[in-house]
Amino acid sequence: MVDGAAAKVSIRDLSVYFGLHRVLKNVTFEVHSHEILGMIGPANSGKTTLLRTLNRLNDRDTHFRMTGGIEIDGKDHQKMDVNLLRKKLGMIFALPAPLPLSIYDNVSYGPVVHGVRRRVELNEIVEQSLRASFLWDEVKDRLDMPAMKLSGGQQQRLCIARTLAVEPEVILYDEPCSGLDPISTAKVEEAMTQLKNRYTQILVTNNTKQAARVSDRTAFFLTSELVEIDETQRIFTVPKDKRTEDYVSGRFG
Amino acid sequence: MRLKAKLTEKVAFLVLLLSTLVIVIPVVLITLLILKEGLPAMSWEFLSQKPRMGMRAGGIFPAIIGTLYLVGGTMCFALPVGILAAIYLSEYAKDNWLTRMIDVAIANLAGVPSVVYGLFGLGLFVNFLNFGASILSGALTLAIMSLPVIITASREALGTVPQNFREASLALGATRWQTIRKVVLPNALPGIMTGTILALSRAAGETAPILFTVAAFYLPKLPKSIMDQCMALPYHLYVISTQVTKIKPQVQYGTALVLIGMVFIMNFCAMIIRAHFRRKKQW
Repeated sequence: MVDGAAAKVSIRDLSVYFGLHRVLKNVTFEVHSHEILGMIGPANSGKTTLLRTLNRLNDRDTHFRMTGGIEIDGKDHQKMDVNLLRKKLGMIFALPAPLPLSIYDNVSYGPVVHGVRRRVELNEIVEQSLRASFLWDEVKDRLDMPAMKLSGGQQQRLCIARTLAVEPEVILYDEPCSGLDPISTAKVEEAMTQLKNRYTQILVTNNTKQAARVSDRTAFFLTSELVEIDETQRIFTVPKDKRTEDYVSGRFG
Repeated sequence: MRLKAKLTEKVAFLVLLLSTLVIVIPVVLITLLILKEGLPAMSWEFLSQKPRMGMRAGGIFPAIIGTLYLVGGTMCFALPVGILAAIYLSEYAKDNWLTRMIDVAIANLAGVPSVVYGLFGLGLFVNFLNFGASILSGALTLAIMSLPVIITASREALGTVPQNFREASLALGATRWQTIRKVVLPNALPGIMTGTILALSRAAGETAPILFTVAAFYLPKLPKSIMDQCMALPYHLYVISTQVTKIKPQVQYGTALVLIGMVFIMNFCAMIIRAHFRRKKQW
């Protein structure tokens, strides 16, 4: 799976600045098709910034500046249409961010803005997406309910469904379980594992054990730099770098 | 020591309470006075008839209608322009010197005395654009006067919509305009509406901006088009209080009562809208 797999996302010598402050420094790595790449590291190590740079949400910040290159399927991501890029690279936020709409309208929101109008088609997309994120059975009888009334874990799976509904190719997770209890976390992780054969997934997490559980490969970030990227098993058993070893074994600091 | 702290606490409480009462008492007194003096004048005739006998008798119907036209016209101009400008400034404009200049300009415009707006309207709409003294000129002048308040209130309302709603929408590939139309505006609308209604209720009571641009001293027939002059409640009140001799005070107070009644109804609508949406709000 890992060796020789095609590069879905390729990041070359990426540095990111907010004003004069450098948040990422000369980061280079590739994300393979259909893998789950875990990104671990302490707070302020630049993981979230990397995700937000990938789908260009950082473009909204006037102080944001980047050097280096990012390619999606071999195409320069700065030259792609930003709305299509974001559709291609779906994002799940740390805090579940359902829109103040019904469950149905949350999931159909993406397809509608991309031009799907037929009710039958929307119905089908909504059901499929909710099934794929393991939420369908819990909400199928109350799709008209405000999404804000769901529990935190359900909201996060709704956000996953909402992202799946626009048929992304890559899903970016920004600490998706940081606000969830262990059972909800397990459900989200199960969904991620099931989605593996169809999507490339990048998981930023503060929970090293989560990276160990679900990711194929793991990247360790520290103070704006990529320290090490390797198969998850190796990162957690025989890391090349002393700092990685200290971090994953909890001896950090 | 503790005793002293308790004493300070009591004094502070009293001073704060008194300051608040200082605001409330005049409002109550004014309202009571106008009610007491104006209520006897209230009759169907007063509300539905033209003024007679040099405005000493009859009703104030043309002035009521004129003020309604002016408020309606003001809304037609100020609401769309105000909301669109607020959207541009809050959602699109980059934070640079130009945007900051515009912000300062808007804040200053809100502080310009209303008689200056009146002169501006006279110069621009009545004379330069040749609209003459007309409902159009008056409504445009009132609209320009209301714009800073509407823009400021709308920007505040847009600002209360959480950033993560916008990001969630953008992250799904929605354009900025789709995000604004589907997520930001629906959630900001109650705030925009209340701000706008309050601005309009102020415009309804202004005298100076309409003095040179639309208001007629005495014009019993109703306006037929927006190019006609019309009577208006605040100016009518000014006229019968200063220009007409031997008029019964109850006619003056009656007119004042109708004016503040209209303003109160508009403010009450704003309160109802706010309360209604607060109950429906999910976040």
